[in-house]
Amino acid sequence: MDINIVVAGEAGQGLKTVDQIIGKSLHRLGFSVFSSKNYMSRIRGGHNFMQIRFGDEKVAGPVEEIDILIALNEDGVDIHQDSVKDDGVILFDGDKDLDYMQVPAKEMAKEVNPKAVNTVFLGYAWKLLGLPLDALKDVIKEKFGEGDIYDDNVKLLDAAYEKVDTTFDCELPDGDVKGLYINGNQAIAFGAATAGVQFYAAYPMTPSTSILNYLASRQDKLGIAVEQAEDEIAAINMAIGASFGGARAMTGTSGGGFSLMAEGLGLAGIMETPLVIAEVQRPGPATGLPTRTEQGDLSFVINASQGEFPLKVIAPRDQEDAFYQTFRAFNIADKYQLPVIILSDAYLADAGATIPEFKLDELKIDRNLVDENEWPEDKEYKRYELTEDGISPRAYPGQLEGEVVLLDSDEHDENGFIIEDGETRVKMVDKRNAKFEKMKREDNEEPLYIGPDKPDYMLVSFGSTYGALKEAMDRLNGNGHSIGMLSFSDIWPLPTAELEKQRSYDTKLVVVEGNSTGQLASLIQAETGLTVDHRILKYDGRPFNVDGLVRELEEEVIS
Amino acid sequence: MVDKNIFDADRETAWCPGCGNFPLRKSLAEALAGLDITPDRVAMFTGIGQAAKMPHYIRVNGFNGLHGRALPPALGFRMVNPELKVIVESGDGDTYGEGGNHILHNIRRNPDIAHFVHDNQIYGLTKGQASPTTGEEIKTEVQPYGITAAPFNPIKFAVAMGASFVARAFVGNQDHLIEMMQAAIEHEGYALVDILQPCVTFNKVNTYQWYKERSYLLDDDYDPTDYKAAVEKAEEWGDDIPLGIIYRNDARKPFRSKFDWLSDSFVKDYKEPAEYDDLMQEFA
Repeated sequence: MDINIVVAGEAGQGLKTVDQIIGKSLHRLGFSVFSSKNYMSRIRGGHNFMQIRFGDEKVAGPVEEIDILIALNEDGVDIHQDSVKDDGVILFDGDKDLDYMQVPAKEMAKEVNPKAVNTVFLGYAWKLLGLPLDALKDVIKEKFGEGDIYDDNVKLLDAAYEKVDTTFDCELPDGDVKGLYINGNQAIAFGAATAGVQFYAAYPMTPSTSILNYLASRQDKLGIAVEQAEDEIAAINMAIGASFGGARAMTGTSGGGFSLMAEGLGLAGIMETPLVIAEVQRPGPATGLPTRTEQGDLSFVINASQGEFPLKVIAPRDQEDAFYQTFRAFNIADKYQLPVIILSDAYLADAGATIPEFKLDELKIDRNLVDENEWPEDKEYKRYELTEDGISPRAYPGQLEGEVVLLDSDEHDENGFIIEDGETRVKMVDKRNAKFEKMKREDNEEPLYIGPDKPDYMLVSFGSTYGALKEAMDRLNGNGHSIGMLSFSDIWPLPTAELEKQRSYDTKLVVVEGNSTGQLASLIQAETGLTVDHRILKYDGRPFNVDGLVRELEEEVIS
Repeated sequence: MVDKNIFDADRETAWCPGCGNFPLRKSLAEALAGLDITPDRVAMFTGIGQAAKMPHYIRVNGFNGLHGRALPPALGFRMVNPELKVIVESGDGDTYGEGGNHILHNIRRNPDIAHFVHDNQIYGLTKGQASPTTGEEIKTEVQPYGITAAPFNPIKFAVAMGASFVARAFVGNQDHLIEMMQAAIEHEGYALVDILQPCVTFNKVNTYQWYKERSYLLDDDYDPTDYKAAVEKAEEWGDDIPLGIIYRNDARKPFRSKFDWLSDSFVKDYKEPAEYDDLMQEFA
């Protein structure tokens, strides 16, 4: 069983609410749910749609064909009707010369609550699927609370439920429902909260803003400070200042804002100040496509800021990974005293999915600060003390009585004082590079490899393409092909052992990524000397979907 | 009382002989010692420029960051640490040019930060270009026919923005400068002190002598809490330059007090991950 519902309409028609209610209700019933959003950069009007796919087995990416289309306006029918399956259903309230199910939503809602038009559609769809209404009602109650709004919705749901017959066969999954329904940005934000983030500063920018929203609306509960900065330059500098103060600090933005942060990134690098940055990509350059998705910033984030300094880049492959990697990013930033970038994208940011509950009790916070009770009384504190592994003892101002902590953006000596001599410069560059080498050895996760040993084709990807690509690979392997996939989450420094291990002389490397130039392919070629045989690139602002990937791989790669 | 020599960083400076930064540094050490503040209880934030090198030449906790960006890290630090005194030192270019957006919004926020601007009305480190406060009578290599934009009046700007503490001082009057610094450090909110500080190498107009002849101390009758009087006083420049607290508004609450859930021992106050189960259940 695998059902794909699309809700289409214009901005302001309440698509997001419908999507959230359906997604959460299906999750509560025990289905595997995957929901993705497609919206325009406008507050009202335009054409937006939400896709909610669910099944009794794991679904992890969008597909093209539609089982139920809820068209809240005429455009919704016109744009999507060709994707509706032959046995699919279009729900529409209006007059069109084609085959659809007439839903008298406005008329029914008028008598109860004119604002609850969408609830009628919900009732219809729910009955078509033959699912119990209680699950839907519970989620609506949580969203709106008990009262008139809830009562009106229940009335309309019950009435709509009577109007149609069940046409889809959706057997309810067995057993207790455990797990979470969460999107990528929520997972990053909750990961940061769990890691003990104490300061978050950001300038609102789509699609990163919901991280800011999540932390800001819970800051009193979390006991943390969240500040909307005047610009991204201020945001990153505020976070670095908070980190200097000894707190765990983070900022978040998208590519355009990250361009402004590039200077501050280098500052954190040379100051050796821990910092976590969420860079939620959207297509660029400049303003690009503000509400669409792309993986076009990989080369940029690795190379941002002048000069050379160590940093780490992690591209979470799904919602679950986004949580654990964000938590881990804080520990790595603290351990190596450097910036760690979470490289996500608009698609993952907004995509909701059912995942297992996070294992919170298995997580451990590692601050790597000096212990003020154990600092030798006669020892002078030097912020950049030269050590074998390049990691200096980190104290924050006021922590060690009588000692001062000095950070500098200029090249500096062990005390943090400005220097200009070549010898000290070389020592400090070597010190920072030593940390990078240590991190490569101790804290660089190899990509996930799935598939047969030494496959004919190896699909190589990073970040959020994982889910759709895995399903596509499974389908193709089901047809007798020998295809493996390698999904990078830690992307800089690039871990290469698994790539070398799983590939044979004959294995064709097929890089699949959401940009027009093949940035991952170039990185692999530069770091390993291997030749990439095929590049599947997508840069229309839309995410990869399972059907499209299967088609493209079959037509262009696997002959 | 704290010995002022404790602030001696024992470092050779990159400042020119006769630079106004020397008396400024001396006054700062005396101001801190006079308030009984030890070096480990001060966090100083600077940007780039000769003034911004201050944390290298005075022994306190220091953050010598990016050009124009001293205020944002100071704010981030202030939010997570309510205990240390936070001082920002920066030049006129650093503060009013590159950092213009940040000073604007930090006046709005009113964080508990004392901000000392070394205002020498010229870019010293880059060798003599106009700064936002350079007078129109000055010509430079980059502005060979004279200053092309009207000078920025930081006092008028800060008063108009409703800053909670706005003062002007002059390094040629150290006793008064120390007094202004101490008042700013003790003020609970954002305190801007624009400090007239001659650049002996590149600014041949605004010299010690020039300021000495023109500056005067506000008398005791002047009421700095009178906004209208402050606006008028902020206009004064040229033949008569007032020194002192031009405007103060103690009714404005410091920024951090609006986050009343923030603990004082912030850095050590974090929960273990397992304690976030209730937050996770929002997604169940």
